[in-house]
Amino acid sequence: MTRFLPVLTVLLAILALWVLAVAPMNIWQALDLAEREGVAVTPDDARTRSETSAFVLMTRNPGEIGRGYSLDRPRLPTPVQVGRELWKTTGAMAMKGRAFSKRSLIFHGWVTLQSTLFGFALGTLVGILGAVAIVYSRTIEMSVMPWAIISQTVPIVALAPMIIVLSSQIGIEGRALPKAIISAYLCFFPVLVGMVKGLRSPSREQLDLLRTYNTPRLAEFLKLRLPASVPYLFTSLKVGIAAALVGTIVGELPTGAISGLGARILIGDQFGTPLAIWSALFAAAILAGVLVTLLGWLQGVTLKRMGVRP
Amino acid sequence: MSWVLSALLFWIAAWALNWAIARSPFHVTRAARILVPVIFGMAVLALWEGLVRGLGVSPVILPPPSDVAARFAAETGTLWEDFSQTVLKGALSGYVLGAMAALLTAIAIDRSAFLTRGLLPIGNFVAALPIVGIAPILVSWFGFDWQSKAAVVVVMVFFPILVNTVQGLAEASAMQKDLMRTYAAGYWQTLLKLRLPAAMPFVFNGLKIATTLALIGAIVAEYFGSPTRGMGFRISTGVGSLSIDLVWAEIAVAALTGSVVYGLVALAEKRVTFWHPSQRKT
Repeated sequence: MTRFLPVLTVLLAILALWVLAVAPMNIWQALDLAEREGVAVTPDDARTRSETSAFVLMTRNPGEIGRGYSLDRPRLPTPVQVGRELWKTTGAMAMKGRAFSKRSLIFHGWVTLQSTLFGFALGTLVGILGAVAIVYSRTIEMSVMPWAIISQTVPIVALAPMIIVLSSQIGIEGRALPKAIISAYLCFFPVLVGMVKGLRSPSREQLDLLRTYNTPRLAEFLKLRLPASVPYLFTSLKVGIAAALVGTIVGELPTGAISGLGARILIGDQFGTPLAIWSALFAAAILAGVLVTLLGWLQGVTLKRMGVRP
Repeated sequence: MSWVLSALLFWIAAWALNWAIARSPFHVTRAARILVPVIFGMAVLALWEGLVRGLGVSPVILPPPSDVAARFAAETGTLWEDFSQTVLKGALSGYVLGAMAALLTAIAIDRSAFLTRGLLPIGNFVAALPIVGIAPILVSWFGFDWQSKAAVVVVMVFFPILVNTVQGLAEASAMQKDLMRTYAAGYWQTLLKLRLPAAMPFVFNGLKIATTLALIGAIVAEYFGSPTRGMGFRISTGVGSLSIDLVWAEIAVAALTGSVVYGLVALAEKRVTFWHPSQRKT
């Protein structure tokens, strides 16, 4: 309780701020709507209104503020509207048996999840192999490590449209692979850094002990370095999966994707339906939360089994 | 074929050279630490150039680096215009605003343990979210010019810096705080002389993460509408009109900017947190 009460309070405060912000954000649209319905508003000309500040408009037309909370295409939707839209495109569709129709967020979330996991697997593999190579070869460490760091300061989004066009010209069908490459690019680095740290975490004494047993290097790797790196691996995997999701969504944003949560955001922007953008955003947030929680649970179970944690 | 062969030869020779340097007793020197990655980078560029030219890859798919360099030299005017629009106006102003807001918020909520405990998990969670997605919303709120890009950057850099600063402010130990008490230091003196300096390694960690995020935010926001200049605009239209070498030149500018800004923040970190064990020369 002592842990959840503060979080809950802050969440409620954020929600309250959000609801309060809806009124000034939507006042112009609300007054336009009221004018069209024949209600007298001051000032009665849309152009002068657009130059007047929100708070002046709100004090002059207190009766019309409420309209801002039930607009079809609000500048800022209310939390209730977003929640209703989320339910309409997920739960309600699933109950009608259309969970995987093109309009359902479950379908788009599934598309995003697939590329995320694909990219995550790819990035983790590259990260782990890279870490092994770096730990066992000084040449590779000195050549590659600085570039691995520099690679993360390059804004990957600059490359995203490039990767997509490139792969379509080489003749790779679909967008799953280019999206996965982008998310792998974002998620390999935390895994690489974590694994290098983890593989180097065995102490001098432990390594020396294995040497006195005349252990081959492969056994040293499998029986000492690899198990020692698992706690580090899980910490970086949690960072990595969030990064992979960001990568997938960035890969879906530019240049005409049609499925995936990022594409929903893009389409919502093009068709001027803010509710679609907001619900896709929240779906992405929920997906990120679920993935990180799942990995955290896996981490707990694995470390308990290995005896790292009581 | 000669292109491919010579590129492969260069690649092997570069690796042999790197191997020799890493084996030699000089591998601990600063010069070797810089030279080895530079040789590796040059080998990659040479391999790229050789393969693209030797295998006759269409420049529409992948231009050789020499073409990109030529385009870079020819279009410095355009590149500078895009750079100032995206980086100087959009990313930098957003970065400064976001960092200030995050620092002030962290100091404000730090006075209440309740708020800190509530905000830290939420901030951690939000920092892991794909916040770039709000770009279209903010572009529709603030218009097409750089203000909307700065707004996206503010939101993106806010949470990582906030979370790191809050953690950093908790870093000063009870002993150190007690010492300040015995000096009869007030809240502000303790904050300025002990807790903020002690938090600096964490703050810089957040600032470093935020540099890349700022560039990402400014570029992505331009995909959703911008005046006819800016790096994101040039990349998305360049890909459409198949002037791929210009796109690569923009990517080079972005990469260079990202690395230089990161380097500047790291340099400032070295100056400010010279006392921290991680900065000690071994």
